[in-house]
Amino acid sequence: MEYLDFELPIKELEEQLDKCMVIGEESDIDVTDTCKQIEKKLVQTKKDIYKNLTAWQRVQLSRHPSRPYTLDYINALTEGTFLELHGDRSVKDDKAMIGGLGKIGDQSFMFVGQQKGYNTKTRQYRNFGMANPEGYRKALRLMKSAEKFGIPVVSFVDTPGAYPGIEAEERGQGEAIARNIMEMTRLKVPIIVIIVGEGASGGALGIGVGDKVLMLENTWYSVISPESCSSILWRSWEYKEQAAEALKLTAPDMKKLHLIDSIIKEPLGGAHSDREKTFATVRDSILTHFEELKKLSPKDLVNQRMDKYSNMGVYKD
Amino acid sequence: MAWFKRKEKGIQTSTEEKKDTPKGLWYKSPTGKIVESEELAKNFYVSPEDDYHVRIGSKEYFEILFDDNKFKELHPNLTSKDPLRFEDTKKYVDRLKDAKAKTGLKDAVRTAVGKSKGKNLVVACMDFSFIGGSMGSVVGEKIARAIDHSIEKKIPFLMISKSGGARMMEAALSLMQLAKTSAKLAQLAEANIPYISLCTDPTTGGTTASYAMLGDINIGEPGALIGFAGPRVVKDTTGKDLPEDFQTSEFLLEHGFLDFITHRRDLKDKVNHYLDLILNQRLRA
Repeated sequence: MEYLDFELPIKELEEQLDKCMVIGEESDIDVTDTCKQIEKKLVQTKKDIYKNLTAWQRVQLSRHPSRPYTLDYINALTEGTFLELHGDRSVKDDKAMIGGLGKIGDQSFMFVGQQKGYNTKTRQYRNFGMANPEGYRKALRLMKSAEKFGIPVVSFVDTPGAYPGIEAEERGQGEAIARNIMEMTRLKVPIIVIIVGEGASGGALGIGVGDKVLMLENTWYSVISPESCSSILWRSWEYKEQAAEALKLTAPDMKKLHLIDSIIKEPLGGAHSDREKTFATVRDSILTHFEELKKLSPKDLVNQRMDKYSNMGVYKD
Repeated sequence: MAWFKRKEKGIQTSTEEKKDTPKGLWYKSPTGKIVESEELAKNFYVSPEDDYHVRIGSKEYFEILFDDNKFKELHPNLTSKDPLRFEDTKKYVDRLKDAKAKTGLKDAVRTAVGKSKGKNLVVACMDFSFIGGSMGSVVGEKIARAIDHSIEKKIPFLMISKSGGARMMEAALSLMQLAKTSAKLAQLAEANIPYISLCTDPTTGGTTASYAMLGDINIGEPGALIGFAGPRVVKDTTGKDLPEDFQTSEFLLEHGFLDFITHRRDLKDKVNHYLDLILNQRLRA
């Protein structure tokens, strides 16, 4: 288990608890009360820390190395039914963007999402979750295929951004994202988007237009990462905390601004602290929203989606 | 031996008696070619010697595109609010105030309808001088409404992009303008009304990742910078040297993302020629 800097008091107490239990097992001293006290303190400390997270701390949590990634969600939700589908039919198969079909209960869904790696080797293989144009085009191909057969789409967003590479530019990164955004606004099947980690800018929105856009509690979504924002506006990397606050990038902020539809609660300690519970909550959330969306005709669905995006923005008339 | 000899050493003229050259009388292109401002304007703001396309704004593009510079501006009074109370080294409200004072503009896009070669055309044109042509709520809303006007009156739509991307001071609100404008373009497409996207120097970031790349035809001005990620970011991320023409109009044409590049002097003709062809109507002279 890895700990973030602000989680160190938790680490300390957990270590104390472990020691206490070891003493209890290896000696005759009765440590039940001591252990109980430490446990109580641990729960309280966790509550205190996670109730008052700053924007920057949530950004840190969204990047926690133990956090579940897109494939973890898909595998848990589809219980062995997931069939991964590859390739954009033009250039290659982008490993940073995955997709495929699977069932939640009796209902088939088309899943797309950015995939990060869990160690150095797989992180490189997944290009740190930064998709190339091929990735966006693969996702679009799968979504169009879903539309053809009336299958709803679930999109998992977790990316530090679309890849800023030479080949990416040659093959039209901007065009690929633009095309996806436009096609997603008029796709004739329900789209449920879930931000499960990082939602960085156009790279996120490229698979992020939906009837329901949900954010897990400890994720972020904005037009730029706090680090890059700091480097551009403050001309230094040192102001990432202020930038994170200024950007209003947390789930509660995004909900308040009416830019997302709802927030999915995470277990105390973050999504990674109790994966099964996280998967169960996400599953319930998808099914609840799908029940609501499946009642709409394709026409109403698209109109409602277009209206939703048309109303985004704040200005003086 | 010189035929002219200075009687007294040094320059004796006092500062007050020296003659001033009025500012803005000359323009110097990046290759060092000098052109008189008036001549530059007559030449569609293109340096005649090296064909350098000078960055211009909505005022100049409207003048180039609309017959006799006659047009009706759409929704000229939309202005930005500061919903996030954004502050970095400067308050966003102050940035807006300064930009308005400096440019005389209300935000980074102006939209208008008028006759171009005798037929109606809706034009949305970005102004780079207003906070880097960045796209915030006002830009998104004005473009959306201009497209609504196109759909309602069945008038072709021309978008002139000139922007560094989304406006950071409106954070996710500005990001959602990509979706908002793209949704409107989807409606325009469903109505079978032609959409021309002109990419000018520079067209980057969120602009490229939305309307700039979604035209029925995408066209570019010579030498314009067009790309998703900025060249410096690409260089820093990849650690590689960039090709010499990287992210220029010519580069995009070569890689299949522009239909053609047009000199500004031919812009009005080319746009209307395309419209006559795609709409199968009589060619205008």
